[in-house]
Amino acid sequence: MSVLVYLEHADGAVKKSSLEAVSYAKALSDKLGAGDVVAVGLGSIVNDELAKAGTAGASKVLHVSDERLTAGIIQAHASAMAEVYKNVGASTLVLAKSSLGDAVAARLAVKLNAALVSNVVELPETSAGYQVKRSIYTGKAFAITEVTKEHKILAVKKNAVDLKTDGASAAVEAVSVNLSDADFAGKITATDKAEGDILLPEADVVVSGGRGLKGPENWGMIETLAKELGAATGCSKPVSDIGWRPHHEHVGQTGVKVAPTLYVAVGISGAIQHLAGVNSSKCIVVINKDPEAPFFKAADYGIVGDAFEVLPKLTEAVKALK
Amino acid sequence: MKILVCITHVPDTTSKIQFTDNNTKFDKNGVQFIIGPYDDYALARAVELKEQLGGSLTVLNVGEADTEPTLRKALAIGADDAIRVNAHPTDSLFVANQIAHIAKSNGYELILMGRESIDFNGGMVHGMVGEILGMPSFSPVMKLEIDGDTVKMAREIEGGKEQLEAKLPLIAGCQEPIAEWKIPNMRGIMSARTKPLQVVDPVSDEVATSVSNFQLPPAKGAVKLIDKDNVEELVKLLKNEAKVL
Repeated sequence: MSVLVYLEHADGAVKKSSLEAVSYAKALSDKLGAGDVVAVGLGSIVNDELAKAGTAGASKVLHVSDERLTAGIIQAHASAMAEVYKNVGASTLVLAKSSLGDAVAARLAVKLNAALVSNVVELPETSAGYQVKRSIYTGKAFAITEVTKEHKILAVKKNAVDLKTDGASAAVEAVSVNLSDADFAGKITATDKAEGDILLPEADVVVSGGRGLKGPENWGMIETLAKELGAATGCSKPVSDIGWRPHHEHVGQTGVKVAPTLYVAVGISGAIQHLAGVNSSKCIVVINKDPEAPFFKAADYGIVGDAFEVLPKLTEAVKALK
Repeated sequence: MKILVCITHVPDTTSKIQFTDNNTKFDKNGVQFIIGPYDDYALARAVELKEQLGGSLTVLNVGEADTEPTLRKALAIGADDAIRVNAHPTDSLFVANQIAHIAKSNGYELILMGRESIDFNGGMVHGMVGEILGMPSFSPVMKLEIDGDTVKMAREIEGGKEQLEAKLPLIAGCQEPIAEWKIPNMRGIMSARTKPLQVVDPVSDEVATSVSNFQLPPAKGAVKLIDKDNVEELVKLLKNEAKVL
């Protein structure tokens, strides 16, 4: 018996959220005696990167180096993971919640006749049955979910467990799987991605701007502060709707949901739909010139003031701290 | 082209989320229900595709009788007919089995739905239906165009997007900006009243999960306000008090 972990990678590096999933799997295995934690990497990625799963808690890493799996092709990833799962004789699969992870996990649940629970925020409780706490209503509530199938897939939300960094290094073993043409029914023709930027859903610090910034030409202030904080940049829905910023930066109910340690909102009033995307943040700072902005009610710290005046000072103060 | 759009019936995004019966039931009191916002994007794109290519557009919901106004709204927006699977949507697997069964007997070429429901946020149903039917599934899809039997899509990935191509039939979980939400006009609302709405029984009662109870997050403490001329104080608090820097 073992716990399998699906690793995602981008720009040649295993994603931090996937390493967190490994740490979750390790904690789960320790708690329930669920056996070895085996992480699986798909496509072209170097062994040194895969070995990081060892420090996060895996005892072994399997690598399916098939070049065609480097791109996140949903069906192909699901078929590859299903085969590895069966070969290893796993009982549980853990993965980080993401746009690719969700899609792969859904197909895997049917392939493996497994119960899939998404947005998992804590380790399972097994004192009576097998219960998992998951976030619902876009972070506005939790559901204690009873799982009634033998095989389980858990898609873990960011910050569900602390990332483990003291594990032993794990050996990387090459394995191969049989994939059919049908697994590659979708062809990726182009990828348009900002290279080297901190990925918004993964970021530990996020600086977001709203309509209070008055125009896309003023985003330099947001970017400068973000750079000082090592943060990703986000925006409100109106800002992406009018095209000041690309859609993948839209934070909120129908956009990206973030769970950083620190979320800084500048010139965003705090509509309930925006709050739904940030309510898992550990600490929220709001800067808005309107003292009545509803965002202040959801904030830990606030400054009532004009963004154009406060932002440069804040950037300087952060710089001075270093 | 034969299109199926699957919609959820969910609380309006501004709703206060509360539970009753010892935290085992969602409190519907004072809550307005809407077509899931992501499903609404899928529906809007389906209406555009039908206008462009002809064919039929069916809208489907798995839910009890109280979801019918939501289905009527979808008819008013432009669907030709509606199907309601008369059952409480217990979990994703249950819903996926219902959709797959209906899709199998009706031969839809394109099945669209939202990337996820905004109540349970699972984002699983499209993938499950795809796997049950042996059809490719894609999500989250932010652009979808039909060129003969080829579907050209853009899928959002972390930090950007990828362009994809696949052949019909397929399933897509949609999100903005695939299309603009459509507001029903008077003619649509009038015609929706007489469009067919078929009620069918569920085919399987298999579930993989059930909810034992609900919890609300702990209440947030009051905001600490810092003077705008003393920004250094904020940085100090973030470092020493909140310990996030």
